Parts: sequence; structure tokens; C-alpha cells
Amino acid sequence: MSNTPDDRKYADSHEWALLEADGNVRVGITDHAQELLGDLVFVELPEVGQSVGKGDECSVVESVKAASDIYSPVTGEIVAVNDSLEDSPEVINHSPYDDGWIFIIKPVDTAELDDLLEADGYESFTEDE
Amino acid sequence: MTKKTILNDAHRELGARMVDFGGWDMPVNYGSQIDEHHEVRKAVGMFDVSHMTVIDINGTQAKPFLQYLLANDVTKLTRQGHALYSCMLNKTAGIIDDLIVYFLDDTHYRMVVNASTRDKDLAWIEKQAGPFDVTVNERPTLAMIAVQGPKARQKVCPLLPDRLGFSAAEIKPFSACWFGEWFVGRTGYTGEDGFEIILPENKAEGFWKQLLEVGVKPCGLGARDTLRLEAGMNLYGQDMDESKHPLESGLGWTVAWQPEDRDFIGRSALEANRKQTNDQFVGLILEDKGILRGHQTVVLDDGLKGEITSGGYSPTMERSIALARVPATIGKTCKIDIRGKLKEATVVKPCFVRQGKVQIENE
Repeated sequence: MSNTPDDRKYADSHEWALLEADGNVRVGITDHAQELLGDLVFVELPEVGQSVGKGDECSVVESVKAASDIYSPVTGEIVAVNDSLEDSPEVINHSPYDDGWIFIIKPVDTAELDDLLEADGYESFTEDE
Repeated sequence: MTKKTILNDAHRELGARMVDFGGWDMPVNYGSQIDEHHEVRKAVGMFDVSHMTVIDINGTQAKPFLQYLLANDVTKLTRQGHALYSCMLNKTAGIIDDLIVYFLDDTHYRMVVNASTRDKDLAWIEKQAGPFDVTVNERPTLAMIAVQGPKARQKVCPLLPDRLGFSAAEIKPFSACWFGEWFVGRTGYTGEDGFEIILPENKAEGFWKQLLEVGVKPCGLGARDTLRLEAGMNLYGQDMDESKHPLESGLGWTVAWQPEDRDFIGRSALEANRKQTNDQFVGLILEDKGILRGHQTVVLDDGLKGEITSGGYSPTMERSIALARVPATIGKTCKIDIRGKLKEATVVKPCFVRQGKVQIENE
């Protein structure tokens, strides 16, 4: 299962963080995470304008089985959320790396991304888990 | 070490996601558990429930023993194969387990009890059996497959050995028939029609594969849990345990008070509770967005509090539902504390979906 995109970074709490051309960071959960959770049925999105610190709980995804906190991979301000997940949380199951993104942060310091794992590092992390 | 059912390899071949369930390595799903849920409501699915414990009670005093052991009364069982749902209580009326007992004849009964409670159940039953002329035989070499859904009977009957298919086609709900070591009960834990088939372990994989070939979808414990929750069926360890008695667990209907001179274990403690106002067992439907989960706090209009015992997402109703134990003053609505926010819920009878149909009136 080597379908982990190498254009972004990964947290060991199973979020991905993609630095975009405008300097903002798009965040979602990994394919591995959605598979562990199973069918997603609810997403509690953060609020636009909300300030978050690196490692803060800022969103919750719930599958039929369980609720799981989403931690912000960087410090900054939420500038956009994926509203379509409110009605169709299952998009995360089908497209965790694209349509299933959860929120976008305007980061204070993109150097915080350096603390995260590369794609291959994340893959070996999940294999050992 | 985790225990494996005889179908463990078959689950892995199908790509099941396996989990530890009460010490057993069991399939939680084979893909989407919501798809598995819908398949059972609309057509037919099958579950490996071989981890459940089959116990045969035989002997000249089998009937009086079970009348003493169980809160429901086995003398209600008059037809061969007839089944009864009952709680097994301790002296203080706490629920040791819930189970199904089948009447084979006056000296032979078969019980199916939960897997997670196996050891304490067997120890308790054997201890209570002491003064009675009965034998208590666990049957660990039998497998068990539940085939559930509106198409279950038409799929299963042609695959049963010899004439058992004809008998199985005739039996009424909550009855069983058997042939040799094959035992077919028209029972289940989904709110749909179907069978629970107890069979020799060495026949289980072949039968499972035959069911697959005729299009019966394998379903995991995930779908089993959402199906039973929609059907308003209690799960032992979540909705009741030894700290709770049947009257506060929505199971008052399973207690046989008549005849008054039947002295079953827990009766005197239960009689005392019967005279007071007990907590109620209700169903909840979340009106706001979110998911109800076990252990969330229920806040009543008068400020009293209760607790959700099982909650989750209902694939049939596409909203969140729960079972809850609450003070008797509960009204038609209440609030649920979800991560510190109070969300609106409607109070209903704890039966949401049966036979493919939503039972809630305002739906």
C-alpha cells in the first residue's frame, strides 16, 4: 500500500499537511487513518477565524465505530473549512488526500512543517504501529 | 492468547479487518460496515458467531433447575424447539448474563450465552446445578453462523443436510429444529427474519462457502452492533451488567413473576425493586448533528441526569440513535452532553427499526 502522496508531510497522529502555493497549509487525514476508522458519518469542523496551536485538537471525525480528534499540524489561523463534509463525511473515505480535505490554516511559521514525517517515513511508521 | 473460531482463515481470505473482541480474534467488517448493514436489512447477510457459548442442560431435573436458574420461566416452553430469552441473575438481581434457552424435551434444554461471559457463566451454572440431577455440558466443538435478512430462509433451507431444510422452512419465529448435530433456530440479533445455525465445526467452513456462493454477504461485528442497536436489543456489558437489574435495563418483560411460588435466583431482591420507581430504559434520537455514544450524559428538563448505554449511527435512519438509562421523570425531549455542548434529542421507545422498517412514528 504505497499510495501515500509525496507532495506533503505527515503527523504521527495521522493527519497530512500540504503547503500550497499561497503559503497556506491544507489539512486532512491519511488513507491509513480513514481505513482504520471505517465508514465516516460525522465531521465537526473548526470555525473560520479560529486560532490554533500546533498539536491542538481542532476538529473531530466520527465513524460508525468511534470518534477521533484531529490535531492541527501547525500553529496559525483557520482560513477555510470543507463545508461539503457536513453532508457527505464519506468523501473522506473515498478521497482522503483530495476531495476529503478538512481545513486550511494560514500558518505563523511554515518551518513547523519540518517536524513532520515524509511520505516514506509515515509509511514505515504505520507499518510498525 | 486470542482465541480463533474455525472460520478465522475464511475471514482473512475475504480481507476482513480483524479485532480482539472479548478475547476472540473476530471480523469487524469486510469492507464497508454500512453496506453490510443495508444488505441485512434489504436482502441477506451472515455472521460468524461461533465465539458464542453453547451449553446443554440434560437430566431428570433439567426443568426445575432452569426454573430456579433463570428469571424467565422455561415452563412457558411447551412445543419442542420453542425458544425463550431470559436473564440469569445473581442473588441481588444483578444480571450475570442474557441468553436464549431452547426446549428440546423435558430432560434436554440448550442455552446459548455470551462469549465474553463464558467463564463466569459456566462457573455459576455448575455451582447452582449442584443439588439438582442435571449435567452441564459446554459444546465447544460446535460452530455457529447467523444468517439474517428477509432472504435468509430462502438462501439457507436448500443448503441444509437431508430433510432439515424442509423442517427449517416450516418453523415459526423463536423456534428451532435439528438433525444430528445440526441445529437451526429462527432467531437472531438484528431485528430481521433469519436463522442461527449451530453445526459441527468440521462442517462450518464448507457451509460458509456454500452460503457465499449463493450470494450471502459476509458481515462483521460492526454491522451486527448497528443492527442490534436499531432493533433496540441490549448488549451485555454495555446496556446491562451485574450492577444493574432487569427492571432498569428495559428487560422487565423477560421476568416471569407468575407463578408466585417459583423461587428463581434474584427474585426476592427484584421484588423489593419492583415496589420503587426505577430508572427507565429509553431510546434517543439526536435532533442536532453529531453522534451519540455510550457514557455520554443525558440531561433532563428538571436537571436530573441519566446516561447513554449504547449509541451510534443508524444507517437505516441516517441519523444518530442511542439506548439510555434515565430517571423516570424524563419527558419527550432531553439534552445530551457531547464534548461539553448540549445537543437536543427526542425520547422514544427503544425499538427503532424492525423487518426493514423504521418504527418511529414521526419519521
